Amino acid sequence: MSTPNCLVTNDWICGEYLRTRAGELTDALLQHVGITVVSVLLALVVAVPLALLVRARPRFAGPVLGLTTLLYTVPSLAMFSLLLPVFGLSAALVVTGLVLYALTILVRNALAGLAAVPAETREAARGMGYGPWRLLWEVELPLALPVLMAGVRMATVSTIALTTIGSVVGRGGLGNLIEDALPTFFKAQVLAASVLCVLLAVVADLLLLGLQRLLTPWARIRTAPGGG
Amino acid sequence: MGVVTDAWTWLTTGAHWAGPEGIGQRLAEHVYVSGLALLIACAVALPVGLGLGHLGRGGALAVNVSNVGRAVPVFAVLALFMVSPLRNAGYVPTVVALVLFAIPPLLTNAYVGVREVDRAAVRAARGMGMTGGQVFLRVELPLARPVVMTGVRSAAVQVVATATVAAMVGQGGLGRVITAGFALYDTAQVVAGAVLVAALALVVEGVLAGADRLLGAGRPRTGAADGRGARARRTHTAGPAERPAAGPTKWDG
Repeated sequence: MSTPNCLVTNDWICGEYLRTRAGELTDALLQHVGITVVSVLLALVVAVPLALLVRARPRFAGPVLGLTTLLYTVPSLAMFSLLLPVFGLSAALVVTGLVLYALTILVRNALAGLAAVPAETREAARGMGYGPWRLLWEVELPLALPVLMAGVRMATVSTIALTTIGSVVGRGGLGNLIEDALPTFFKAQVLAASVLCVLLAVVADLLLLGLQRLLTPWARIRTAPGGG
Repeated sequence: MGVVTDAWTWLTTGAHWAGPEGIGQRLAEHVYVSGLALLIACAVALPVGLGLGHLGRGGALAVNVSNVGRAVPVFAVLALFMVSPLRNAGYVPTVVALVLFAIPPLLTNAYVGVREVDRAAVRAARGMGMTGGQVFLRVELPLARPVVMTGVRSAAVQVVATATVAAMVGQGGLGRVITAGFALYDTAQVVAGAVLVAALALVVEGVLAGADRLLGAGRPRTGAADGRGARARRTHTAGPAERPAAGPTKWDG
């Protein structure tokens, strides 16, 4: 065996590291995925009703959009730190911070998606006897889906990157591995965790794109040349 | 809440503001690396973005660079710099990382700003006999200015936010107040540092928004003069998320 000493010589790429720490890497990756999925889903659950509320009561538009934009300006490290007295050193702290960021993107895109539904389509559905809920569920949401999904993709990719900052409270998924490797300048670990993080973002983006195509088969025909 | 009073007490203690580890020094470091990075990023990204927009080439690059910027964690890039020989080069790793993450909003907005200039205006200028350079300087650049400035503004806010993360890899800046608080298990200091960082980001955003409004007061805003038409066209082309110029950016991870 000539490779094991790559851990000793501190090489950037070290097969022995990947072999011996596979469990550690998997755990960190799973924590990363878990935090991201929970954050984006929670943000979606809050954002869509919020967008519907803003649409129904336009006087809420200013405060809601203003507040989410204000939260968005707060740097991530500061956001997690401000939540520390409320949540302590927990995953809930990281998830809450990430939900607050994802909200901004999702509320905006949900609103833009709903606004993009042609008025004639809405009129036609009403004329066919659709009630407000059926109109929302069967006409407006499907037509708003492409723009909403664009927001979900953007929110997911930035959430994956921002999760690494959670390592400040020890709940940063792959970010924890990066932080642990810093004091010893452990190159292989920093590189492996960073690459995994970017790969995770790319895979998540592609999966969501696939989901969007599955959910909106009609859009593929219309927007095929431009690609959306 | 006790923690609020504790944080306030921490902030108003004069000793925390002075000295080489004090708030004053950390703030100075923060402003220095942010300002330097923003200047370098503008010098690199604006000519490239404006040039590509003028030539109408490289659109895929100008737009996709934002997607790449969003997917790559700042913390990872800083950590990679800090385990490389670059760690001995003072502020260099921080400034380089900040420049890299300031380029996407600048490049994308410069490109989109020039591309979105009304083609009729460009054709009219050409018909009047203007050369390519004249069209760029007298027509495209003035009309693209609001969008370009939006890019500069979001890059500035981005840089100030990203500079905080530098503290997590042991570099200077206001984030150090927070990380030192974590190391000391001092919640009051963590919250006090977070308040400082958040306040700085909001002040930068506020000042730039104000400056933007002040500078733009004399000219009709795009979309306001010809409100309905412009707005309808915009929503039809793409939602705000797909319009990189208007989409919010958050990548200080």
